[in-house]
Amino acid sequence: MVDASESGLSVRDLTVRYQDGAPPAVDGVTLHVAPGQVVALLGASGSGKSSLLRTVAGLVRPESGAVLWDGADVTRVPVHRRGFGLMFQDGQLFPHRDVAGNVGYALSSMPQARRRERVAELLELVGLEGFGDRPVQEISGGQAQRVALARALAAQPRLLLLDEPLSALDKALRSRLASDIRGLVERTGTTTVHVTHDQDEAFAVADLVGVMEAGRLVQLDAPAQLWRHPVDAGVVELLGQGPVVTVEAMEAWFGVRVDGPVALARGALVAGDVGDVGEGGLDVEVVSARFVRGRGELEVRLPDGRLATVFGDAGRGERLRVTVDCGALVRVGSA
Amino acid sequence: MGRPRPARYGARDPGVWLWRACWILAGLVAVGALGIFFAAPALNLIFKGFVDENGHPTISVMAQTFQSARTWRIIRFTLGQAALGAILCLILGVPGAHLLYRVRWPGRTVVRGLVSVPFVLPTVVVGVAFRTLLAANGRLGFLGLDGSWQAITAALVFFNYSVVVRTVGATWSQLDPRRAQAAAALGAGPVRVWRTVTLPALAPAIASAASVVFLFCASAFGIVLVLGGTRYSTLETEIYTQTVEFLDLPTASALSVLQIAVTGFCLFLSGRAQRSLQRSLGDAAPSPLPFRGRRDGLPVAVTAAVVLGLLLAPILTLVERSFQRDGAWSLVNYRDLVTIPDGSGMVVTVWQTLINSLTTAVWATLLAVGLGVVVALLLSRRPTSRLGRTSLSIGDAAFMLPLGVSAVTVGFGFLITLDRPPLDLRTSPVLVPIAQAMVAIPLVTRVLLPPLRGVDPRQQEAASALGATPWRVLGTIDCAGAGPIPGVGDRVRVLHLAR
Repeated sequence: MVDASESGLSVRDLTVRYQDGAPPAVDGVTLHVAPGQVVALLGASGSGKSSLLRTVAGLVRPESGAVLWDGADVTRVPVHRRGFGLMFQDGQLFPHRDVAGNVGYALSSMPQARRRERVAELLELVGLEGFGDRPVQEISGGQAQRVALARALAAQPRLLLLDEPLSALDKALRSRLASDIRGLVERTGTTTVHVTHDQDEAFAVADLVGVMEAGRLVQLDAPAQLWRHPVDAGVVELLGQGPVVTVEAMEAWFGVRVDGPVALARGALVAGDVGDVGEGGLDVEVVSARFVRGRGELEVRLPDGRLATVFGDAGRGERLRVTVDCGALVRVGSA
Repeated sequence: MGRPRPARYGARDPGVWLWRACWILAGLVAVGALGIFFAAPALNLIFKGFVDENGHPTISVMAQTFQSARTWRIIRFTLGQAALGAILCLILGVPGAHLLYRVRWPGRTVVRGLVSVPFVLPTVVVGVAFRTLLAANGRLGFLGLDGSWQAITAALVFFNYSVVVRTVGATWSQLDPRRAQAAAALGAGPVRVWRTVTLPALAPAIASAASVVFLFCASAFGIVLVLGGTRYSTLETEIYTQTVEFLDLPTASALSVLQIAVTGFCLFLSGRAQRSLQRSLGDAAPSPLPFRGRRDGLPVAVTAAVVLGLLLAPILTLVERSFQRDGAWSLVNYRDLVTIPDGSGMVVTVWQTLINSLTTAVWATLLAVGLGVVVALLLSRRPTSRLGRTSLSIGDAAFMLPLGVSAVTVGFGFLITLDRPPLDLRTSPVLVPIAQAMVAIPLVTRVLLPPLRGVDPRQQEAASALGATPWRVLGTIDCAGAGPIPGVGDRVRVLHLAR
């Protein structure tokens, strides 16, 4: 019997270093993904998220630490025996095989009739019925990623690893395919680790989102929790939640008392006419104005030179008085 | 981020253990064959250059050889004509590769076949054809090139033109066209696109072809012997002359040492150039371009000139001569093929000779392709350890050596080395195909390596992640992805086995 806390993927204190003496690409990461769960790893490029994924897949050997599946150490099991599916950013479809040949690649031991059936099933699953005979050079980028996904799912992997699967696609396609992926892994009950640098994609797909910075996993939380309680300024910056302001500055600028540093997320600053908000407001300069999704967004300069976003209409160079909506502040720090 | 270090696993897994064991075995077989049938004979003969008649070690023969002005003249001529031959082959062959492998036009398959004919012609025959053509009473006699070095160069280009066309063409036909398109979209004109995108991508193939041609030219034997007469000799013909005519084995072996040094140095340079130039070809294989006069005009002119003037003229001269006897048109030459003409001194018919040659050729081809594929696959691995990388680069050069070491050296080495048990092959008919295969292996390897090394490692990773065993990755990604491998049999075909 496997202990419930051990079933699924466990990564223990994993460190990856590409060159001796170089800073580690993955630095002591510990992570647990329960069966059927979808975890997204979010991070800027170079944060080590892809390295972590490639190490879990078995393509990179860790310097120390272990990768376990259902409690069994698979760190030294070669890639092709791990039973983990991997999908690349650019699909890496095999150019000398057609769509069906790619999808059926992992099914080579199946009798041919059964395999054809299964390939058709998988193509239907990803919405590409009848594409089997197409050469892979002749399908679009979105279709290629669907084929790559079907190919990875064909072997019924116990863990599906997605390495920036949607990054090469346009925005509309990306959000559609993100929800498709979510639906697919839910339907097939596949445990999934999804690496991305796009927070919308991560939030759309995952049960839990992990944030990586300089090789470390700094936070792992459900999307809403992550958004409301980022652990540090790095996470705030990655999520684009605005400048982080200290307790003292909040008091000095807005006369607002907070019990820790906060991020001035969108909506946290409220514009009002000078005089309207009285003593508590801060007089700021509008650096730029733009129109985003139906309303005006202004970038204003804080007294320390950093920029924050305010909803409202004003011209560039005008001055504005802003106050704080305390309910919209994002508290930074784990406490 | 640094270059990712691929995973390596311990020998705990029996499959992994078997996989590694097979590679080690393959390496041992390849090294063993090279050692027994190439290194040992060559070294044995070379050793003769460092002992005097009484078997005492001496360097006097060496010193003498290097003090002679004749030696230096021969070295200059060997290197000079090889460099000239290689450069001419590149200048003429790269446009040919474009036209025959990248552009679609009716008849290109026929011309591709035609272009590769010279490569399989016996050198002596070609030498005779060139002489016939260039002799004072020949069709091109007015050029006054009979017995000149220009004639030798022309004949060497005749032989090796197809090496460049096929090696470069095979890579060219695999090149991802989107890179060129990207450059064009950045405002680069066709010339700049070619110079900055296409040429660098072709560089490994060009370097590979150039080194093969250079070595072929530097070790040319039959051609130089027939066309050069006594005026021009290369290291190769000089080694032969010293061995056969003057029975001066020490001097011959001194020259062999020199040849090996020269060859080794060239191989080192070319191997380094190839590795530094190596890059992925991209994964979108292009469809052939439609013919366009403005772009393809120059390649057409160059290729037509080469095919008609250089390739067809000697071949047609041969055909013409085969229908002539004593200045009159006749079929008597062909009748003589099946009979033994009186007073010809021949003991078997030409047909029988042909059958013997073909049998030898088939065996040599099987051996060369078999071992060549093993060597190419070995050399295409991407080892992670420093030891692995070092042995790989040593192996890279070592397996090219037979190409540049005098066939005469190897041949005589065979006779004086493999002449006693356990390996007494002196009178055995297997000696000839083995010797030929040794010379052909580097060629097979050089043709196979660039596409094998061009396979994107992520393709292999993707296959592994789909559960493919290393064997299956090798079969379905490396071999299938490398594309032109099926063509190797045809490429190496009867090879220069008649040489």
